[in-house]
Amino acid sequence: MTASSVLAATSNSGAEIVFWVCATLAVIGAVGMILSKKPVHSALFVALTMINLAILYVALSAPFLGMVQIIVYTGAVMMLFVFVMMIVGVDASDSLIETIKGQRWAAIVLVLGFAAMLIGAIVNGLQGVPDPSLVAANAEYGGNLQGIAKIIFTDYVIAFEVTSALLIVAALGAMLLTHRERHTPKATQEERSKARFLRYAATSELPGNLPPAGTYARHNAIDTPALAPDGSTVPASVPGPLRERGNVRPVDVAAEVEVEEISEGKTVVAPINDEDGEQR
Amino acid sequence: MNELTPTTPSPIAATEETLLWFGHDPLWLVILKVVGIFVILVLVVLFTIWLERRVVGRMQQRIGPNRTGPFGLLQSLMDGFKLAFKEEIFPTAADKAVYIIAPILSVVPAYMAWAVIPFGPEVSIFGQATPLQLTDFPVAVLYILAIASIGIYGIVLAGWASGSTYPLLGGLRSSAQMISYEIAMGLSFVAVFLFAGTMSTSSIVNGQVDLWFGLLVLPSFLIYATAMIGETNRAPFDLPEAESELVGGFHTEYSTMKFALFFLAEYINMVTVSAVAVTLFLGGWRAPFPISMWSGANEGWFPMIWFFLKIFIFIFVFIWLRGTLPRFRYDQFMRFGWKVLIPISVLWILIIAIIRGVSDEYGLTATPLAITAGFILTVAVLWILGRNVKRRRVKNLAENTIPEKFKPNSGGFPVPPLPGQEYRPARRTVVADVGAATDAGTTSVSEEVRGG
Repeated sequence: MTASSVLAATSNSGAEIVFWVCATLAVIGAVGMILSKKPVHSALFVALTMINLAILYVALSAPFLGMVQIIVYTGAVMMLFVFVMMIVGVDASDSLIETIKGQRWAAIVLVLGFAAMLIGAIVNGLQGVPDPSLVAANAEYGGNLQGIAKIIFTDYVIAFEVTSALLIVAALGAMLLTHRERHTPKATQEERSKARFLRYAATSELPGNLPPAGTYARHNAIDTPALAPDGSTVPASVPGPLRERGNVRPVDVAAEVEVEEISEGKTVVAPINDEDGEQR
Repeated sequence: MNELTPTTPSPIAATEETLLWFGHDPLWLVILKVVGIFVILVLVVLFTIWLERRVVGRMQQRIGPNRTGPFGLLQSLMDGFKLAFKEEIFPTAADKAVYIIAPILSVVPAYMAWAVIPFGPEVSIFGQATPLQLTDFPVAVLYILAIASIGIYGIVLAGWASGSTYPLLGGLRSSAQMISYEIAMGLSFVAVFLFAGTMSTSSIVNGQVDLWFGLLVLPSFLIYATAMIGETNRAPFDLPEAESELVGGFHTEYSTMKFALFFLAEYINMVTVSAVAVTLFLGGWRAPFPISMWSGANEGWFPMIWFFLKIFIFIFVFIWLRGTLPRFRYDQFMRFGWKVLIPISVLWILIIAIIRGVSDEYGLTATPLAITAGFILTVAVLWILGRNVKRRRVKNLAENTIPEKFKPNSGGFPVPPLPGQEYRPARRTVVADVGAATDAGTTSVSEEVRGG
């Protein structure tokens, strides 16, 4: 049974549907990657292209390559890209200003040349190769996995090992280049906590979170400073802008005024009832 | 999809003969299986949510949902309905397209992974002999890994697209977490592949007739069991949605069905990783030991019972962990992944590969060697970890001897008395006579506190 007859037997309409759907989506992804303004959108379009390429590999009887394509490129490489872009910022867009003069024209010429080369190579390559599928190659080794394992760990074992060594060296190099020497050991959580409490003992600066405005105070309004558990006021609990404008309600004065008003009958503070008639 | 259709006479390794079960289903049966998996997953998720709330409730000495339906069983269904009718909110700063795609991207892969999970052996459905599994192919386990890595995009993109700080932090954490723990997860499969001689799920189950791989490669099983909790963002590794730090993490800005989809995806993923653990390490749908002596236990529809029993044991452990352990700090979590899990995985792969290679070369049986090596490695690692914890405790004790006299403010710390110390009554500033205040306006301090 020749390779082409195997292909003819297996390539039913299903394989063709897979090809047209995935190829279309892959091209849409590639074009979308160039046209979208936000880098994260570009990254997503690349991920779309990668996934569709992976499905095409599977359809061409290279399931191992397809899965590795998704795990390595979509799962790890593109995820790292997205990670970096998220650190860069949500609204970061690419600057479209030409930095090198004549870059665009040079790019167009090079792209056209590359496309011509690529098309030429593909057209040339298609002559006399009737079967793009790996069915025959897989059959030789008893499966796609076995075939790839056989090739990687016999003929290409040195190339394979050298490549992985190269990748590790690259990663180590990047870490070395970005490494900063520390002159003092990094403070641990415990040490920072201790320092906070020692500062509290020395300057009575609160060691914990600031209480929200109005905590334990007479009012829960935003301009009322909170009271610390020991009864002292915490002016820093009032938001900065209010403090800047001098809109902090002086605790004691307010209370005194209120007491005076009530005793003179100026303001009647009626008890607030909710629907059940229960006093709040 | 694969080369195993009857027209391709590709030789199949003896370990992969179950692959011949697949590729013959008529269209109606494929559709029936897809719908079946969908329905089973939805039901299992609804049940798991109820189970989690009841079990955690019991662990926290309360009852949990018990009003809707018998024992509160319909609670999660009703919660789902409620979510569907909530108001839809789009944050102003959100990237709308990605914001909508994200939950879909989270839930679809969660379902897709189940295409290759074996529920049982070959059965007869309406006269058609077919395995209780949608499909299988030679790299099915890698397919599960690949699908899981796509699923994380949903969470990461949700964090990015919300246009808000806390979700962004949640998304960042999620992507870092996923990259780190997927490595440990993938490495833990290697030992199983070495012994099963295949990556197809049905064949792996078939290879565990005599001995479960969980025993054969114990360290791999334990590493996977740890990594799978990190991979599903569950407590104690639920950093992407750490509610005490990040409000809701990646789903802070989500409401209605979009939130429900994230919820659904999280629980499906929990069931998925449990199913993968059962399939790869605990014999899949095969009956556990005493039951397996009955010859009918591994035939027909019975295996589905064992399969789901094993899954629910895992889910109970998930819930148990959530009810017991506090959340890891982010740096601890990363250090654990990179400096403990991955090196141990690599070491174990080295050991198991040597065992496998040597026993193949000299015609030995690898099983007792692998079990012994795995057991020794597990004990050694646990012993080293335990010794470190103990040393730290001893060091802390030596550093902090308890002085006899109680200083309530020693070194700036307001501390309670330690065992053996006398508690000195606190000096209180005398508050102005509260009882004398007859005026309604001068409420006492205590009343103020109560009223506020």
